[in-house]
Amino acid sequence: MSALRALGRAGLSFFERLGRGHIFLLYTLGGLPATLYRWRLLTSQVFALGVLSLVIIAVSGLFVGMVLGLQGYNTLVDFGAEESLGILLALSLVRELGPVVSALLFAGRAGSALTAEIGLMKTTEQLAAMEMMAVDPLHRVVAPRLLAGILAMPLLAAIFSAVGVYGGYFVGVGLLGVDEGAFWSQMQSAVDFHDDILNGVIKSFVFGIAVTWIAVFEGYDTAPTSAGISRATTRTVVNSSLAVLGLDFVLTALMFD
Amino acid sequence: MMHSKWIETIVGAFVALGLGALLVLTLRISNLSLAGFGADSTYEIRAMFDNIGGLKVRSPVKMAGVTVGRVNAIEFDSKSYTAVAIIQIDKQYTQIPTDTGANVYTAGLLGEQYISLAPGGSEEFLKGGDVITDTQSAVVFEQVIGQFLYGKAAESGGDKDSKE
Repeated sequence: MSALRALGRAGLSFFERLGRGHIFLLYTLGGLPATLYRWRLLTSQVFALGVLSLVIIAVSGLFVGMVLGLQGYNTLVDFGAEESLGILLALSLVRELGPVVSALLFAGRAGSALTAEIGLMKTTEQLAAMEMMAVDPLHRVVAPRLLAGILAMPLLAAIFSAVGVYGGYFVGVGLLGVDEGAFWSQMQSAVDFHDDILNGVIKSFVFGIAVTWIAVFEGYDTAPTSAGISRATTRTVVNSSLAVLGLDFVLTALMFD
Repeated sequence: MMHSKWIETIVGAFVALGLGALLVLTLRISNLSLAGFGADSTYEIRAMFDNIGGLKVRSPVKMAGVTVGRVNAIEFDSKSYTAVAIIQIDKQYTQIPTDTGANVYTAGLLGEQYISLAPGGSEEFLKGGDVITDTQSAVVFEQVIGQFLYGKAAESGGDKDSKE
């Protein structure tokens, strides 16, 4: 009986949080037009979320591309199809790995920082102080961060994919001796702009919304203690990673049927 | 003030880098560069095939192995029961004779199928909207095997007859 009650309580609190998250998002979206006027706030957030994530994204992209090149070559060479390495690289990076891995890295690198920052603002009552001065913290603090995350994510995913393709090119063509012309031409004939690249960009855009939304909400909704901030930061990384992987399945099923 | 200008410059560079990466993906990796011919730099011809096999939209159209265009659409003509491949040829290849033949070939044993144009000897050249009728269908693997087996069976049957 008590187990049933605990289950009910957990379910209720889950839906309550879900509802709070959506109301929070709605209010924040109301602050987006004002953010566009105060674009200094936006640029400093794009710097914190996008530019500072650049190194980890570019290095990861390079190594993911290089590993793909190596493993793909080892398998394809058995079939005498090592020229198809370009297709393997470009399609797996542009369709899946680029958006997904960069979103996971973004959640770990930028999402956790967002949650900790906003959570500490709440804990030290900076948000309450803003409200006292009739400044809406959702518009002044949260909206620029949300918008910056949504803008930065597709750019980071594109950089990841491009760097990855060149990493695979370096290993495949430079080290293992795949023919350069066949590498590029097969890639170009197999990758379609609308079906592959545009869908990849849409994916990373959706992931950007999901990760940043979860990060700012967890920060804003944190219990105002040091333990609360640590729990909220963990939840951001776990929940946004799960959201990215789940959404990826749904989007893939919708896009590439 | 100095600090915020610095940040703005870096953010500008970041955005440019991201858009540049997208541009690389678009132009270097995808086939948009050829699809981007649009209607201005290509002209359209049609080819009627009895069977197009595994030909797809966007399959390459080659002359002497050089890609000169792409298949833009594939339709079925319900009057003559043939497949109509609508082909976009790049404008720089205008000198294709009117009696050119079109074959559906396969790249390698298992590769993708493409249309190969074999130039004829006519003095006149194909214009937009012209139709190629001198075509050879795709080789369907099952038919080849079927013919081979049928031929074998007929051969061995003929042998029996001669012995009797």
